[in-house]
Amino acid sequence: MIAALAFYFFAAILIASATMVVTARNPVHSVLFLILAFFNAAALFLIAGAELLAMILVIVYVGAVAVLFLFVVMMLDIDFARLREGFQRYAPIGAVIGGILFLELVLVLGTWSFADQADDLRLSPNPGGGLTNAEAIGRIIYTDYVYLFQAAGLVLLVAMIGAIVLTHRERPGTRRQNIGAQVARSGSISLETVPVGAGVKELGIRRPPEPEAEAPKVAHDAGHHGHGGHH
Amino acid sequence: MTPATMAMGGITEMEIGLAHYLTVGAILLVLGIFGIFVNRKNVIVILMSVELILLSVNLNFVAFSAWLDDLTGQVFAMFVLTVAAAEAAIGLAIVVIYFRNRGSIEVEDISTLKG
Repeated sequence: MIAALAFYFFAAILIASATMVVTARNPVHSVLFLILAFFNAAALFLIAGAELLAMILVIVYVGAVAVLFLFVVMMLDIDFARLREGFQRYAPIGAVIGGILFLELVLVLGTWSFADQADDLRLSPNPGGGLTNAEAIGRIIYTDYVYLFQAAGLVLLVAMIGAIVLTHRERPGTRRQNIGAQVARSGSISLETVPVGAGVKELGIRRPPEPEAEAPKVAHDAGHHGHGGHH
Repeated sequence: MTPATMAMGGITEMEIGLAHYLTVGAILLVLGIFGIFVNRKNVIVILMSVELILLSVNLNFVAFSAWLDDLTGQVFAMFVLTVAAAEAAIGLAIVVIYFRNRGSIEVEDISTLKG
């Protein structure tokens, strides 16, 4: 009874917020309604008994994907009013196609039923025996599906590298770390001994020598090092 | 109220069955497709609609998984989630560089590739 009421409650909010996602005037509101939709979908997962997936949905979708959307929407300076120009024009077409699709889905749902041997065809039946959902999924995901699990990690790695490569840009005028120059550096400026207890006032601010000043610096002996800042 | 007893048509009054979940999933899918048609110019909202569609797919996977008492559906839903996250990241990266190059994200302008 309570579960049924909760289901209807969460499903109603899920559908309402999904409607708002596609019809909201401001894309920032769209993203916020998307977050609400994800939360309610996670609640529906919980009612169905998929606790691990519900938590993953909240963490991955709300914590990462939706926030990524929010970043992009707020970062780009887009004239959103102009982007909504075709809304009235395309709404009837979208409604007709959506209605047809929904009708087809209802027809499929009305005539469909489980196969007789559906119970025997299960690939990894729930072990039961007081195991939590996360434990049961963990037992099969690290054994039967370990290669797919690794492949999923690889997909995420490739997506991460791809996103970085796509959005990375070389700005002129910025100074970046040049690892090759650092490694190939001569030992002339590597280490200096300073008098113990002497402050900045006595020693001056210590700066790396200018490139042209580097050659004479090598010729000096260690006794001169205390005043390296006065070149 | 184990899921197995509710599996095949044994839905009593006020009891949530598989059909309820499938209906919600169908409505979500239709809303996502409607969103793609309606927001034809705004590629960010199109990406959000794709996320809604993938969410409805996950809802169906979880519902079947729960009602058949088979964990494979939940494992597959996890992989769908992974791919959806990767797709959102790459899609938004493409949107960002497209905006940087062209100064707008109108989908109808995106014909440079002549695909």
